Amino acid sequence: MSALPEKRHIPDRLGTSLTRLLSSWEVLLLGVAIAIFIANAFASPYFLNAWNLSDATFNFTEKAMIAFAMALLIISGEIDLSVAAIIALASTAMGAAAQAGIDTPGLVAIGITVGLLCGAFNGLLVAGLGLPSIVVTIGTMSLFRGISYIVLGDQAYGNYPESFAFFGQGYVFWVISFEFALFIVCAIAFAILLHATSFGRRIYAIGNNQFAARFSGIPVERVKFILFLLTGLMSGIAAVCLTSRLGSTRPSIAQGWELEIVTMVVLGGVSILGGSGTIGGVVIAAFVMGLVTFGLGLLNVPGIVMSIFIGLLLIVTISLPIIFKRLKSGKKA
Amino acid sequence: MNTAVQTPIREPAPPAPLLEMRGISKSFPGVRALDQVDIKLYPGTVTALIGENGAGKSTLVKILTGIYQPDEGEILVDGKPVTFATAQDATNHGVTAIHQETVLFDELSVAENIYLGHAPKTRFGLVDWKALNARSLALLHSLETTVDVRAKLKELSIAQRHLVAIARALSVDARIVIMDEPTAALSRKEVDDLFQIIERLKNQGKAILFISHKFDEVYEIAQNYAVFRDGRAVGHGALRDANQNEIVRLMVGRSVDKAFPKVDVALGETVLKVTNYAHLTEFRDISFELRRGEILGLYGLVGAGRSEFCQSLFGVTRPSDGSLTLEGREITIRSPRDAIAHGIVYVPEERGRHGTVAQMPIFQNISLPSLAKTSRAGFLRSAEEFALARRYAERFDLRAAALSVPVGTLSGGNQQKVVIGKWLATSPKVIILDEPTKGIDIGSKAAVHAFISELAAEGLSIIMVSSELPEILGMSDRVLVMREGLPAGLFDRQSLDAETLVRAATGNA
Repeated sequence: MSALPEKRHIPDRLGTSLTRLLSSWEVLLLGVAIAIFIANAFASPYFLNAWNLSDATFNFTEKAMIAFAMALLIISGEIDLSVAAIIALASTAMGAAAQAGIDTPGLVAIGITVGLLCGAFNGLLVAGLGLPSIVVTIGTMSLFRGISYIVLGDQAYGNYPESFAFFGQGYVFWVISFEFALFIVCAIAFAILLHATSFGRRIYAIGNNQFAARFSGIPVERVKFILFLLTGLMSGIAAVCLTSRLGSTRPSIAQGWELEIVTMVVLGGVSILGGSGTIGGVVIAAFVMGLVTFGLGLLNVPGIVMSIFIGLLLIVTISLPIIFKRLKSGKKA
Repeated sequence: MNTAVQTPIREPAPPAPLLEMRGISKSFPGVRALDQVDIKLYPGTVTALIGENGAGKSTLVKILTGIYQPDEGEILVDGKPVTFATAQDATNHGVTAIHQETVLFDELSVAENIYLGHAPKTRFGLVDWKALNARSLALLHSLETTVDVRAKLKELSIAQRHLVAIARALSVDARIVIMDEPTAALSRKEVDDLFQIIERLKNQGKAILFISHKFDEVYEIAQNYAVFRDGRAVGHGALRDANQNEIVRLMVGRSVDKAFPKVDVALGETVLKVTNYAHLTEFRDISFELRRGEILGLYGLVGAGRSEFCQSLFGVTRPSDGSLTLEGREITIRSPRDAIAHGIVYVPEERGRHGTVAQMPIFQNISLPSLAKTSRAGFLRSAEEFALARRYAERFDLRAAALSVPVGTLSGGNQQKVVIGKWLATSPKVIILDEPTKGIDIGSKAAVHAFISELAAEGLSIIMVSSELPEILGMSDRVLVMREGLPAGLFDRQSLDAETLVRAATGNA
């Protein structure tokens, strides 16, 4: 620039460079997903089959539905570790209701209501009393699942009506399961909520600087409460799907899912410190995790190895951005 | 420079100074923080260092404690030149500082806090607990207190903690003690206790540099004084020879009106009426009326309750009593959301923490409180957001590469433009500016002052909190002075002068 113009013009955006787009986390992750897909296709002759692939989606659809809500919560700077326990409690409630002869619509309503109530309880403790969410939800994690254990002991509920099976086992079109269709609808709905509404903008503001958000007139507590409610709702919906798919309820249902869901969110590029991330990233991360577990399953890798894999994945994805940042700043210095 | 030494020709009967600074200068980019400063500290003497914010007091303290290196000049201890290249060097020469808020550790014992970082060691390199406790006890004993050295810090009262902080400063065998506004957070009783300690230190022959805004305290405890203004030492001498008005004049004396482009605005009708506003602990009995186009300056010392009062007007904290009338209607404000809805907005003192979301782009920061306007049925419309941001960016001549760069990448002055723009976008009636030019370089300061003046001319009512006298004097139509949470006077532009304000703020009628 030579002489200063009289009235400075500031462009809306700097030109979006292709290299920046290509080096974004989401694109990187998409590459990983494709690589895993190809590797799976070579590793197992059973992989490239429409019905097998359709089956593979059940590995992640229920978790991903919760992961969408969890992503919003983590972006806002909070976390909910009680999601799997909410599934257990909601499933137990539905099982007890089914035992009492309540039909499918009633069961769905009960599952979703229990999810909402649990979410409201978490939200009240965190947003209402100002307690740290990680502690609150570790507490409610034991509390919710503990209630299931007291009700069920070593028993199981299993007498679900036949029509209830649709949510976990039904197909809407050819190989597209009801769960997969619901996953797509949720992905779109959450992407719109986070990226295209003022509510979504407020979530980012809160996650980046809670004080400045409050000083800008954002009702921080109300937003957080709604996010816990939303996470409870999605946990309730996931409980309906999972219970329907399994056809039975044990108190150990969905054990350890909170870890996989948080991993999915973080793998999707959502900062564990809050303030950044996209729903698109979480969708791709869901596919990556689903493909990996399915591929390992086809290769007869035992479940315990998969859990080691999930743990490693979580640590690596949290540390990678930090390591990269160090390397970059090291180069400059 | 010729006027530099205003006061006595007769120095007090001279014992050799324990510490002397000669011709010390220190510059930072754009600012000459200290300019050829001399100061002498004598054994058994308390020297008060007096000056406004930004006069160079804290730079001096940092040079004395080895944190900054002077650009020129020399420091002599016992008449021998020394260099304080590190904080350790300063400590080795017996210089120690007690800061406003010494960091102490709740979970550690009193003795551990006192000797943290330089605990006596056994010959195996482990902490020598016996020596640690014994020395701590001796140290506290010399301050004539009986605190259990094994007690955890969290079990102590505030006053006792303060003693521990002092003991910590003295634990390095100090001969020169710097106290940087030690009374800022203390009650009168605690101040009395502190003064007894200072008296004792004095009798032990230590040289003490006592930094304070409060004249009554200075007169009570100090024998000598040194006045700094704009980085220069403008006067020094013995307090018993000095007239207080003289010192105030030295401290503030400069022509203030030329740099501040306050335009005369015809004041309109009353917009905001505050009646007996009170908070349980921070302030009470605050009443005033604010008219259209008026700039009300809010002056006082740090800790006088000005920010707390403003934040309660903005709904961040709740008042315990009092009422608000906006354009003739009584209103209640429970949250910043309420305040914004009524047209009262607040530009906070801590820009980075409260004012902006540093990681978010400029346009998103500007639209944040106006999302209801820039979105339709809850859906964002980025064209509207950019248009809104552009309007204020151009108006304030914002310097940025694009409206989508994060606010955190801008300079302090430009960040302040974003914050003010964000609030103007809500079409407010009353705008509260809390230290609007704090941390802003001199060039941008003038720009900020110019548009504050412009806003008043457009009919906005402004409350401006500032600790800088020239800013208050130059910009305000009226000034409300607060002292220790209470109103200490409301002055018209006609009757405004620096000495009146300082006297009201420091409680020296």
